[in-house]
Amino acid sequence: MSHPEDLKSLKPSLYEARKGVYPKAVDGTFRRLKWAIMAITLTIYYVTPWLRWDRGPYAPDQAVLVDLAHRRFYMFSIEIWPHEFYYVAGLLIMAGIGLFLVTSTVGRAWCGYACPQTVWTDLFLHVERFIDGDRNAQIRLKKAPMGATKLSKRTAKYAIWLAIAMATGGAWIFYFADAPTLLRDLFTGDAPYVAYATIGVLTATTFIFGGFMREQVCIYMCPWPRIQTALMDEKSLTVTYKDWRGEPRTHGIKKAQAEIADFDKVGDCIDCEQCVSVCPTGIDIREGPQIGCITCALCIDACDKVMTQIGRPRGLIDYVTEESADLEKAGKPPKPVIRTLLRPRTIAYFMLWGSIGLAMLFVLGQRTRIDISAQQDRNPLFVRLSDGHIRNAYTVKVRNMENRPREVEIGLEGLPDAIMWTAESTRDTGSRTVTVATPADAVAKTRIFVAAPAAGEPRKDIVFTVRGLDAKGGEDKTQVFFDREAAQ
Amino acid sequence: MSDNKRIDEPTGTETVGHEWDGIEELDTPLPRWWLWTFYITIVWALIYTILFPAWPLVERATAGVLGWSSHGELNKELAAADAKLLPIREAIGRTPVENIPNDPELLRAAVAGGQSTFKVYCVQCHGSGAAGGKGYPNLNDDDWLWGGDINAIHYTIEHGIRNPDHDETRLSMMPAFGRDGILTPAQISNVVSYVQLLSGEGKASNATARGAQIYAENCVSCHGAEGKGDRVQGAPDLTDAIWLYGGDRDTLVATVTNSRQGVMPRWGNRLDPATVKMLATYVHSLGGGEATVVAAAEPVPAAGGAENVAP
Repeated sequence: MSHPEDLKSLKPSLYEARKGVYPKAVDGTFRRLKWAIMAITLTIYYVTPWLRWDRGPYAPDQAVLVDLAHRRFYMFSIEIWPHEFYYVAGLLIMAGIGLFLVTSTVGRAWCGYACPQTVWTDLFLHVERFIDGDRNAQIRLKKAPMGATKLSKRTAKYAIWLAIAMATGGAWIFYFADAPTLLRDLFTGDAPYVAYATIGVLTATTFIFGGFMREQVCIYMCPWPRIQTALMDEKSLTVTYKDWRGEPRTHGIKKAQAEIADFDKVGDCIDCEQCVSVCPTGIDIREGPQIGCITCALCIDACDKVMTQIGRPRGLIDYVTEESADLEKAGKPPKPVIRTLLRPRTIAYFMLWGSIGLAMLFVLGQRTRIDISAQQDRNPLFVRLSDGHIRNAYTVKVRNMENRPREVEIGLEGLPDAIMWTAESTRDTGSRTVTVATPADAVAKTRIFVAAPAAGEPRKDIVFTVRGLDAKGGEDKTQVFFDREAAQ
Repeated sequence: MSDNKRIDEPTGTETVGHEWDGIEELDTPLPRWWLWTFYITIVWALIYTILFPAWPLVERATAGVLGWSSHGELNKELAAADAKLLPIREAIGRTPVENIPNDPELLRAAVAGGQSTFKVYCVQCHGSGAAGGKGYPNLNDDDWLWGGDINAIHYTIEHGIRNPDHDETRLSMMPAFGRDGILTPAQISNVVSYVQLLSGEGKASNATARGAQIYAENCVSCHGAEGKGDRVQGAPDLTDAIWLYGGDRDTLVATVTNSRQGVMPRWGNRLDPATVKMLATYVHSLGGGEATVVAAAEPVPAAGGAENVAP
C-alpha cells in the first residue's frame, strides 16, 4: 500500500492491475504445520476414491462413491438413499457450525491452512520456486527479456502446473464412478463425455486459480473472508503485529541511535521486510488486520527467525486475540490461550456441533433398511366387479435398502372382509398377505388389488405393512384409503 | 456530492464523495481482470448471437449459422427415442400376443407402450383410466362381452365391433323387440322384471313368471337359459352386477325395446401390429384380464366372472 501523499497527484484509476506476489521460502513451526496439513489434505483428496470397501456382490466396492446414476451415496459402511439426503444436509450444517467454531476460536484458520485455494496455491508456489528459484530469482526472471532460459523455465513451470491441474480435475471424477474402471475408460476414450468435460473445467480452474489468480480469489471472489470477519470477536486468535513492541521500527542499531533520540524506546521491528516477502497474498501485516490476510502465519515464522538472529524474544508477530493485545499494550500479562479457546460461545458451538453429530449417528444406527409406500389408483378410484364386490388398485413400492435380495411380506390391516392379490396372481388366490421378492438395494414396485364387499363406508383407512422375511427382519407401514360407492 | 472526493488516509484510496452520517465509501478500483472478464462476456455474447438464433426480426429471429432450433432438437430426440425403442417394438411384433405376458421385459414395454397409445386413440370413449361410461365398457373390471383373455382382447381391438365394411369384425344383433313389434310393451315390462330377478334384484312374482316364459321364447338362444350370456355372440351376462347401459328398470326397458348397437372402430388397419399387441397387453393388464384359453381345452364356459381373473 502506497502512502496517501503519493497518490494525491495521480488520477486514481478505475481498474487496477494485479501486483505480482513472489513469496519467499520460509521455514518454521507454522510452515511445517502447513506442510503437514497440505500432505494430509492432498492425500485424502487423491487417495480416497481408490480405497476399497467390501459390500458384497450387489453393491460397488468403492469406499467413498457418489453414485449419481443410481442415486446412491456410499461412505464406508454407510449407504445413503436419495430420501435420506437429510444426512447430507446435516453434514453441511455441521460443516457450517464447525466453521463458526473454528473461526470464533482461531480466526481464519480455514483460509490459512485447509482451504483448497490455499493448499493448491501453496503447491503451485513450491513448483514455481523449484523451477524459477526463490523470490529474488523470480523477480529477476520476470524482468528479464524472453530468451531461451526464460522460455524453457516458463514452459517447464506451466507444464508441471498443468499436470497438477489435470490430476486435480481427474481425481474429482473418481468420486462419482468406479475409479479403476473410469481410469481405464479415460485412456481408452470410453469414458462419458461429462467426465472429460469435468476434467477440462477443473483443470482450467485449478491452473488459473492456483497459477495466476491466487490471492485475487481470496480478496475479490471469495465471500468467506467477509463472513468470517463478521464471525470473529475480540477473543478470536488472529495473526497480529505487536506494534506496541515493534514500533518505532528501525534499520539497524547504529541508524537507530542516530535517528532516535530516546534510544530505549526503539522498537523490536528492524524493518527487514521478511514478513512482507514471505506473505503469499503480498500484504504487510504491520498495517494491522486486513481482508488480504489469510492468517497462514508464515510471517510469524519469518519474524521469529529474525528475532532469534538479533537476540530478541520471538513473537513480535504472533497469534494474539484482540483482548490479549489490549492487555499486553497496557503492560499486563495476556490471557492464557486456553481461556480464549474455552468460552461460552465456543462451547455452545461445540455442543451444537456435537449434538447434531450424535443425533445423526443415533438416527443412522436406528434406521431400518426397509420401507413401504403405496399410491391408490385415482382413475378409476374403484371398480365394480361382476360379483358386486368393489376393487381398489394400489401401486405399492417396497424399498429394500439391504445389499442383498430379500423376500418381504406385504400385509393388510383394517377392512377385515377384504382380500388382496398382486397383478401377477389371481383373485381366487387372494389373501390377507402377499409375498414379494425385492432385488438387492432396489425399489420393488408391485401392483396390488384389494377387493371387498360393496356395502360399507365410502372411504375407509387401510394400512399396508411390510415385513422382511429374513433374519434381519425390519418392518414399516403406510396408510391409504379404500374407496367404494357411497350408499344410494 | 462528488465534489467531496478525498483521499482516505489509512488506505490511500479515493472516496466516492458521498457521505451519510459520517460514513463514507471508498472508491476501490476494480481488479483489471474483472474488466477483461467483462469484455470476454461481451465477445462471447456477440459470437453466440451469430451462432445461435438471437436477433428478433419481424417474422422470426435470426437463425444463427449453426442452424440450431428447439424444434430440431425435439425432432432429434424423438428420432433417438424411436430408434431406441425399435428393437423392443420389433420383438413385440414377432412375439405372439399371448406370450407377451410371460416375458417380463416385453410385458413392461408393451404395457407402457399400450398405455400411451390408449391415451391417444381410446380415451375418447373408454376414458383416461379405461373406466368407460354408459355404453362404453369399463376395461378394468372382470366382465367381458367378447372374452377377456389376451387373444380375445387383441381380436376385438384388431377387428373392432360392428364395422359394417369388415367381415371379421365382432358382430351381434340383438333385435329391437319393441320397435320392431316383436314384443308388446307389457311383454317387455314382464321380461325386464325377469331379467332383474336374474341379476338378483326384485322378487319373484306373476310378472317374472310371465317374463320367464317370454325370455325362454326370445332370449335364451343368445343369453342362455341361466342368463349367463354367450361370449361367442357377444351376449352379455345378465346375472352379474355390471350393466353396460345401466341396470335400472327404465334403461332395461329401453334396451329391450330398441336394442343397443355399440360400435368400436377396428384398429388393425390404423395401427401397426406391434401397437395393437401393446394395446391388448395394456388392456389385459388393467386387472380384469383372464388366462389364455388353450385351444385344445374345452370351449369358453359361458360363466365368465370372478373366478377367471388372471394375469
